[in-house]
Formats: sequence, C-alpha cells, structure tokens
Amino acid sequence: MLLQQLVNGLVVGSVYALFAVGYTLVFGVLDILNLAHAAIFMIAAFATYALVAAGVPLWLAFLGGCLLAGLVGIALDRVAFAPLRRRNAGTLIPLISSIGVSIIIGAIARGIWGIDERHFPNALGDAPPIHLGAITVTTVELVTFGAALALMLGLSYVLRATALGRNIRAVAEDRVAAVLLGVDLEKTIAMTFFIASALGGAAGILTGLHYNSVTVDMGAGIELKGLAVIILGGMGSITGAVVGGFILGAVETLSVAYISSNWRDAIAFGVMFLILVLRPRGLFGKRALRAA
Amino acid sequence: MAAREIMSGLELDGVAVRYGGVTAVRDVALAVEAGSVLGLIGPNGAGKTSLINAVTGIVGIDAGSIRLGGKRIDGIAPHRIARAGIARTYQNIRLFGALDVRTNVSAGAFTQSKVFDERAVRALLARVDLNEVDLDAPAASISYGDQRRLEIARALASNPTVILLDEPAAGMNPVETARLTSIIRTIAASGIGMLLIEHDMTLVRAACDAVVVLNFGEVIARGTPASIAVDPLVIEAYLGADTVAI
Amino acid sequence: MISFFTSHSKLFDQLAINALLALSLSVCLQAGQLALAQAAFMGIAAYIGAILAVSAGLPLLPCIAIGALASTLAAMLLALPVRGLRGVFLAIATIGFGEILRIVANNLKLTGGGEGLSQIPSDANTFVIYGALIIVCIALYLLSRTKFALAIALTREDETAARGVGVDTAGVRFWTLALGGAIAGIAGVLYAHSNFFITPADFGFGRMEQILVACVIGGSTSAIGAVVGSIVLTLLPETIRFLADYREVTNGAILLGVVLFAPQGIAGLWRRAKS
Repeated sequence: MLLQQLVNGLVVGSVYALFAVGYTLVFGVLDILNLAHAAIFMIAAFATYALVAAGVPLWLAFLGGCLLAGLVGIALDRVAFAPLRRRNAGTLIPLISSIGVSIIIGAIARGIWGIDERHFPNALGDAPPIHLGAITVTTVELVTFGAALALMLGLSYVLRATALGRNIRAVAEDRVAAVLLGVDLEKTIAMTFFIASALGGAAGILTGLHYNSVTVDMGAGIELKGLAVIILGGMGSITGAVVGGFILGAVETLSVAYISSNWRDAIAFGVMFLILVLRPRGLFGKRALRAA
Repeated sequence: MAAREIMSGLELDGVAVRYGGVTAVRDVALAVEAGSVLGLIGPNGAGKTSLINAVTGIVGIDAGSIRLGGKRIDGIAPHRIARAGIARTYQNIRLFGALDVRTNVSAGAFTQSKVFDERAVRALLARVDLNEVDLDAPAASISYGDQRRLEIARALASNPTVILLDEPAAGMNPVETARLTSIIRTIAASGIGMLLIEHDMTLVRAACDAVVVLNFGEVIARGTPASIAVDPLVIEAYLGADTVAI
Repeated sequence: MISFFTSHSKLFDQLAINALLALSLSVCLQAGQLALAQAAFMGIAAYIGAILAVSAGLPLLPCIAIGALASTLAAMLLALPVRGLRGVFLAIATIGFGEILRIVANNLKLTGGGEGLSQIPSDANTFVIYGALIIVCIALYLLSRTKFALAIALTREDETAARGVGVDTAGVRFWTLALGGAIAGIAGVLYAHSNFFITPADFGFGRMEQILVACVIGGSTSAIGAVVGSIVLTLLPETIRFLADYREVTNGAILLGVVLFAPQGIAGLWRRAKS
C-alpha cells in the first residue's frame, strides 16, 4: 500500500517537477517570476487536444503542443519582458506584465474552446493497467512519468553539454559578464523561454492526459503549487525544482491516503511558508535572499 | 592618568567580524577624534567595508567593542546608531533616488525634530559646494559627482559626531577630488570627526590627519600619511615586495 | 440622475469596496513591501463579520470593528515570520499565507466549508460604504502629513540608507502591514454585509490579483493611484460591455499597456502631464 502510494506520488511529482523546472529556469536566468507559465501549461494541453481531435497521432500532437508552448514563451518574452529589461524595471512590474499576458492567453483559450471540459479520445486510457508485483500502474501514468523524466534529462543534457546550455548558465550567473564574454543575450533569453515554456507546456499536456481532462482553468491550481515546489527546491535551482517536485508529489499523495484529501493543498503551502521563514534558499538554492 | 579619558569621538577596540567560517576583521583598534580625519586604507578585500558596516550596525561584531562618546554602540540596531550620532556615505551611492534633492537632504535629519526650510537645505548644500543644484530634481538625475556630494550633505544634516565616508572619491577626476579634499577639511574644522575609506592616495595624503592600514582584516600599520607611504609592510600589501614607495 | 445611481448602486458599492482594498495594498507597496495577503485579511474580517451578524445578530458597526481588529491582528502576526523577506520571496510567502487560510475556510464547519456562509444581513448600504471609504481616505491623508509618511517613502526608496538616517524600517514594515490589514478588514466586513453570501473562493489569489492590478494601473506608489486604478478596473468592464467576448482580452491588454508604457500608472501619467 505504501509502495503503491509512493509510486502514485512519483507520477504526480514528475509533472510538478516538470512544471517547476520551467518556472525556476526563468527565475534563475532573469530574476522574473513568470505568472503566465500556468497559462502556457493550459494552452499547450488545448493545442494537443485540438491536434488529436483533428486526427494527428498522439506523439506528434504532444510535440506540436510543446512546440507551440515554446513559441508562445518566446512571444511572451518579446511582448511582456524584453521592453522592461531595457528599463531596469524591478521585481513588481514584470510580475504584473506576466499577469497581463496570462489573462490574454486565458481569454483566447476561452474564446476558442469555451469553458467546457474537453476529453481526449483516449487510446491510452483504455489499455489495461500493468501490474508489477504489489504495484499497479496505468499506461497513462507510465507514459507521464517516462515523458517527464525524459524531458528533464534532456534539459540536464542541454544545460551541461551544449553551447546554449553554457550560455544560459552564464547569463544566470552574471548577465553583464556574459555579455562582455560575447554571449548573445537576447537570443539566449529567447531560447531560455522556449525551453522553459515547452517544458511547462509538456507538463500541461501530460496532466491533461493523466486526468483525461482539459479545461481553461486547469492552470490555476498548479500555478501556486509550482511556487511551493520552487521555494522548497530553491529558487533558480533546476535540481531543486526536480527534487522538490517529487517530494511534494510524494508528500501530497501520502497525506491524501493517510490523512485526508481536503487538506492536501494546505500541506504544500504550509511547507512553502515554513521554508521561507526558516531557510529561504530552500534545499538547493545558492542565491542568498536579496535582503535590503 | 588614573582614569581613561572619555573620548568624544568613535573608538574601536579589539573588534572582530566573522561571516560563517570567514574572519573578515580581526582585532582592530582605532580612534576617530572630534574634528580629525582618519584614513582607512588597504587592498580590496582587506575588511574595510565590513568594518564600517560593523560600526553602523549592519553586521554584528564577534569580539571587542565600539564606542561613540564613551558609550557602547555595538550590538545596537542600525537606526539607533544613526540616532546616536553616526552618519555615513556608501561605496555604491545610496540616495533616495526618486525623491528630490531637497527631501534627500532633509531626510538626513530624520532623527532631529527641527524642520528644514529651504534656507537650511541651501546652507547644507553650500557646505559640500552644491550651490547651483536644482532642489526639485530627483536625486538620481543629478550628475555622479553631485550625487556623491549630496550624500555627504545628507550625512551632515543629522548634525553627527562622526561621519563615515566609504570611497567618496571613487570615479572622480583630480579637480573633483581636490574639491572633495577641501570639503572634508572644512567639515573637520567644524568639529565633526571623519573616518575616510579611500583608495585614492592623493586624497588620503591631503585630507587625513592620520591613517590606519588594513590587510586581511588586521591593522598592519598606522601613522601619518607620509609615514605609511614608505612603510614596507604597506607597500608590500598593495604592490608586492619590490616597490619603493606608494 | 438619481435613478442612474440607484439602478447601479451595487456597482458603486463594489467600486468603493475595491477602492478600499486597493488602498490597503497601496499602503504596503508604498513602503516597498510586496505583501500580497490583503485578500486573506479581507476574508478573515468578512467571515468574522458574517458569523457575528448571523449567529449573534450583531449590528454592522460592531461587526466592522471586531472584524477589522481581527484582520489587523492577523497582519501583525504575519509580519513577524516574514520580517526578513523581501521582493518576490515576501510576495510568495504572503500568497501562501492566503492560500492556507482559504483552504482552512474551505474545511471548517464554522465557516460553512466550500459552500460558505449565506443569509448575511445586507445592512451595509451605500452611505455606510462610502462613509467608510471617506473616513479611511481622510485618515490616510492625515497620515501623509506626518513623519511616518516620510519614513515609509525612505524605506521604500532604499532600506539601508533609510536605516542609516535613523528610520526604524522594521517598524515601518510592521505598521504598514498592520494598517493594510485594518483597511482590508473594513472592506471585508462591508463586502460580506452587502453581498448576502460569501465563499472562500471570494478571497483567494484571483481577488488578490485584481487588487494588485488595480494598484498598478493606478500607480503603485500613491494612494490616489490606488483609488483611480480601482475605479478604472471596476467600471471598465461595464463601459466596454459592448465588446462582450473581447472584454477579458481587453483587460489583459490594458494591463500590459499600462505596464509597458506607463509604469507609474495613471497617477504617474498625470504627474508627468502636470510638469
């Protein structure tokens, strides 16, 4: 029973981790809390749904959704953040900017698809659950976990072993120095947004598949949960986002199983609040708090 | 002398500052008397800014004592230390940028109950040779050199016992530095003590009555500007062992 | 003319309450604190005001007094653990605080769980609501003439330099958060007593976002800006009603427009136009 719950927690956690990674990547590189990340999460799910409904095979639709998410991310930066970069605008203004864009994205989604819940014509969901000893997993859960893991490993590879990854890390470390060393700042930032948004979109698609439900407000819950994850993991730390996501997924699933489901979300926020008060840099955050 | 004379200025005794495992400042003693200018020099990373952050209460000290007019001020909250009579300027200029020049000056007198009318503001600005500045301009919009001197005017506004100047000449050309020298000497003549952190040796030589040299958190020399300029330990700290004089 | 007001009285009530909420956030923003817990403070007072009225039959004014007192105390309690946090970290911590409270309200029988509380007496009429708004505005105006107001501005501009000239910045942060809690509390009780029923969702992150947007549109560092912003945000959906489906996109676009082209908000545009 415990093992089964842990496995469930891992699946849930893998999606949290995937979403949080995109969140924390943008924060680590740009010091911006991008509140439009959840809107991108949602629109990618809808895009994939629309492609599947038009007859596109699932794996292709998944890629299409991620690609769209990435492009929306680049557009988001161009419209809402790039103009503010030149102005040295502080913390609050980009946050508000991202809220504006998320409202627009939400309105567009509502305009196209309305407020009804959409479902995938689910080839995946019909497959019989797989039994591995004492544990049972559905195909969807396996795919979710596998895809999330693959994407996070892919990100890790990009950051560690490619020139782009080096540039991203340089800009995150010291933007001025990176520019002096010849890094193309705007291109690197655009790619950062592409990657972060594609990952966030992937999380949305996987969530839509996992629960077989796509709605316009599906991003509302994860937006704030994502905050809890990156605080737990340490803002700006990819490892932290991954570890934090899995921890939160596990803790939530266990608490639903053994305590009660009503208080599930309160646990995430309680942990987040405690971390901020006791150890603001979280598990892996290197950056010290910007105290006054 | 049977009893120790109560010093009217700033007095540090055996001060140590540690951050986690690192000792930034170790067993530092120095004194800034009313009306005198003490220079604090040393290579980058020697602990100078840590030391004055300790004096102003931004960081706590791990050993020793800091006294102002005989009363201990270590361990007290920064805003209370300001009220006790210590004012400072900052290495990276910390003006209230969006507020106008007038408000920046009178903000310096926050702890005082007297009201600053335009005449009083102009008088303070005159002491730092900022006679022509537009009082309504946002502080961040005036020139760099003017901003540095505005910071000093703000420090003067509180009628302090001691002013700590953290690299006030950074980025200044020789003409501006000379003007700064005479401003500092005039302030000292009015009875205020000053602790001057600087890298610009011209300013130090011209403005300071005495100098303390810090390296790796410790005092390695003290004396007049002339004597420390030829002190071999000081020269080695700055420039390596083969140089003749600074 | 009169009939215009009476037929739209609900809207004007809403406007005043939104203005109060925007003011409660503005007080914190003026001190440089991105403390996003005003919706939660509003909720605390709303629920207490509602419970007192429904179960104890308390009239409006004592409900306001007790509700606002409770929200102020909550703000003071929150101020303590978050006193070392700045910027985005403070924002997230306060958002978390709000979410925790919302979930608690969702699960307690006292607060009616997810269904909330209903049959709250509608004894907050337009006069009382605007009376409260005017009183708060007068109080804030008087505050703006004091040294505390200067302390708030200095704390916002540069906290270190403010401490260096003798400002007790920790005190400023504490008292502005408390004041924000009080004003949000007044708004909360008025909201409950003019809306017949309340649910936890009324006081969640969505509400907080609205309040934040109102402040930013109006001008985040001025009280007048807060009021103007809330007026715009409340009336705009009505005036562009004809745009129907495009209303939300327009809201988002306006927000974006203000942020990109008028970052000091409408109040800032006004100031620039004057000089």
